[in-house]
Amino acid sequence: MPLVLNDDQQMLRDAASGYLAENASINSFRELRDSDNSDGFSHQLWQEMASMGWAGILVPEEFGGSGFGHVGAGLIAQEMGKHLTASPFMATAVLAATGLLDLGSQAQKEQHLTAIAAGKSLFALAIDEARKHAPEKTMLQAVRSGNGFQLTGRKSFVADGGVADHFIVAARTTGKPGDHDGITLFLVPADAENLTCEKTPMVDSRNVARLEFDGVLVTADAVLGEVDDGMSGLNAILDAGRACLAAEMSGSAEQAFAMTLSYINERKQFGVPVGSFQALQHRAAHLHTEIEMAKAVTLAALQALDAREESAWKTVAIAKAKVAQVAILAAQEGTQMHGGMGMTDAFDIGLYLKRVRVAAELFGDASFHGNRLAEQLGF
Amino acid sequence: MSDLKTFRTETRDWLEENCPADMRDGEKSEAASCWGGRKWQFSTEGQRLWLERMGKKGWTVPTWPKEYGGGGLSKEQAVVLQQEMDAVGARKPHENFGITMLGPALLKFGSEEQKREHLTRVSRGEIRWCQGYSEPGAGSDLASLQTKAEDAGDHYIVNGQKIWTSYADQADWIFCLVRTDSEAPKHRGISFILFDMESEGVTTRPIKLISGSSPFCETFFDNVKVPKENLVHVENSGWDVAKYLLTHEREMIGSLFGGMTGGRSLGEIAASEIGIDDKGWVDDPLLRAKLVQAEIDSMAFSTLLQSVSDRASAGESLGAVSSVLKYYGTELNKRRHELLMEVGGSDELEMSERNQDGQRARNWLRTKGNSIEGGTSEVQLQIIAKHILQMPGA
Ligand SMILES: Cc1cc2nc3c(=O)[nH]c(=O)nc-3n(C[C@H](O)[C@H](O)[C@H](O)COP(=O)(O)OP(=O)(O)OC[C@H]3O[C@@H](n4cnc5c(N)ncnc54)[C@H](O)[C@@H]3O)c2cc1C
Repeated sequence: MPLVLNDDQQMLRDAASGYLAENASINSFRELRDSDNSDGFSHQLWQEMASMGWAGILVPEEFGGSGFGHVGAGLIAQEMGKHLTASPFMATAVLAATGLLDLGSQAQKEQHLTAIAAGKSLFALAIDEARKHAPEKTMLQAVRSGNGFQLTGRKSFVADGGVADHFIVAARTTGKPGDHDGITLFLVPADAENLTCEKTPMVDSRNVARLEFDGVLVTADAVLGEVDDGMSGLNAILDAGRACLAAEMSGSAEQAFAMTLSYINERKQFGVPVGSFQALQHRAAHLHTEIEMAKAVTLAALQALDAREESAWKTVAIAKAKVAQVAILAAQEGTQMHGGMGMTDAFDIGLYLKRVRVAAELFGDASFHGNRLAEQLGF
Repeated sequence: MSDLKTFRTETRDWLEENCPADMRDGEKSEAASCWGGRKWQFSTEGQRLWLERMGKKGWTVPTWPKEYGGGGLSKEQAVVLQQEMDAVGARKPHENFGITMLGPALLKFGSEEQKREHLTRVSRGEIRWCQGYSEPGAGSDLASLQTKAEDAGDHYIVNGQKIWTSYADQADWIFCLVRTDSEAPKHRGISFILFDMESEGVTTRPIKLISGSSPFCETFFDNVKVPKENLVHVENSGWDVAKYLLTHEREMIGSLFGGMTGGRSLGEIAASEIGIDDKGWVDDPLLRAKLVQAEIDSMAFSTLLQSVSDRASAGESLGAVSSVLKYYGTELNKRRHELLMEVGGSDELEMSERNQDGQRARNWLRTKGNSIEGGTSEVQLQIIAKHILQMPGA
């Protein structure tokens, strides 16, 4: 497939770019951060995004979605990354929609996909239990109980956990932590009994939560996909999220770089713009090269997901690892090239530094994906 | 040699008797330090006593001459003192820009009265100093500074603005670069003056940082009167003082980053936080490789620090070598903190009571300033290219 956007995709990107610049810019993010809004995003904005078809970006038309696929989702994420827009987009429109589409029963799809596409339901994916991403190390226990299961354990780093009305939860039904098999996915309503949710303030001021399951009872129809065989479905969900995060980070990298470039071209020292020093020019040129690569691997990953390629996981892993590194580099170089200004909260570059560190960590950092690639490719 | 042995024994006994229990936790963080000065609130009685006792012996500034409040120790004795302090986990009794920056400059350029007055008060922690170098238009190009000091007979009238003045709102006095001749080439019209931050016409406005705290300020001078006896060295020769001070500042900043994080290697921290595999290795081969590389570089850098310090003891002047230390030490420190964030994973991205309100993340953000403060990495590399390598056009 050619690594370019078709007309529809270009229109979507332009629309997203225009809308976000006007309604969900960095200044709106600052307002959210500095206000008492503990949800970390604007509900009204999300309704508008839903009406533009963003909430249902992956959802087929029969369930009220716009069916744009992963490339479409990635374009929106990329624009959000540029503006640092906080929204439930990734957790609900990408992760949950992918899970329900791939694994859901007809009843689950009907119930949830329609609500997601309409912007009426918010989801969060509850996977990690320790400081580093490791889905196979799932410990949270799901024990059969009556006609259903009882869930006991903890989850952390749950993006949008504090606002979701439903969780997709990875639980262990057999085997031990570290086993690939024996994991089952469950759909759990946020208001379930014995489930507590603690919002955790994060360095990037986004909405994340820790969950505690203290014997949460769910019925058998809460299972998403097959019992004991949740890992492959989970990987598909995670890969959709990773590609979406790569897209977001590539947008952030691009914007952080653009801001830096305009700063060093303006800022004068020694009577000339500091951007006229070759020491900075070469680093800017290097960053440009890295960012071009980041954009290319991101698009390749999104296309691979849409094409349901067998090796999509690999393209996604490369994108998530590479783009995270590039985005971190762009934010670091940006901070350095802003001099003292880069250290101030009043300048935006620091906000990128914080956000890309979190996005890089979510669903596996560059080392995680590098290790995985080396293992799978046998070296 | 036996003299040094006696000194060691006496020092050990003295520390045993005089270092308060709560000052023996080896804590080295900026936040736990005692900065002294008129506005200082001691965190504990132990902190107050520790400063007082060490100040009386002159051991807050062990190698300064006794007549200026110092300990009058030789370099060898100072090393022994440090070793014995480390052995009991003693905190540094006192941090002050007056110790690390102004002190060396006054010892070299100050008048007898200036040394007696200012150094003595620094040694006892009575006056906290801040550094008035950078201005909005004069950062890397420091010599283009515009803050003006006009001659008014027995005093100067100072007008202008400084920026990034660390702790200006908490400091008592400032050492400040001002323009005393606007006709002369930019390096030759600068003077180095000292004044009280309580002088009429001085105001400070804190700047909020990406880490959320506000340790530095914009500082404004509006017709501030500065007596002429507060001019250091010669009028219009302040650049010599400024540069000399910077070599000490850079060496100081570089030396902070020799290795270890709170006494533990990155590998130990990773093993305890991430866990180990069947072989006992940090359970993430790629991260492990990065950690060991950082430890190798840290050990090599510590060795370099040692060698520079030995050469300095042997009488070699510091000069541009301070740029080598400043550049590598700060870049290495940034890398170590990036790695600490990788090791910490999602737990350390949180900012809650669980992790002292995200202390690790705040430290990480703070390190981004290391390669900017005291002259950026780019400026240090330029100095190395020019003054050490003497490359064409540099
Ligand atoms: C935490 C912190 C504490 C500080 N504390 C103090 C203090 O107490 N007192 C004080 O006076 N100052 C202080 N400073 C200010 C510091 O000294 C300046 O920020 C620094 O010198 C850089 O100046 P600038 O911010 O104007 O950046 P600029 O000079 O505008 O630099 C912008 C970018 O251009 C690059 N650049 C500039 N010139 C060149 C060149 N010739 N070649 C290649 N690249 C170049 C720089 O490296 C940087 O990346 C502090 C700064 C920080 C971050």
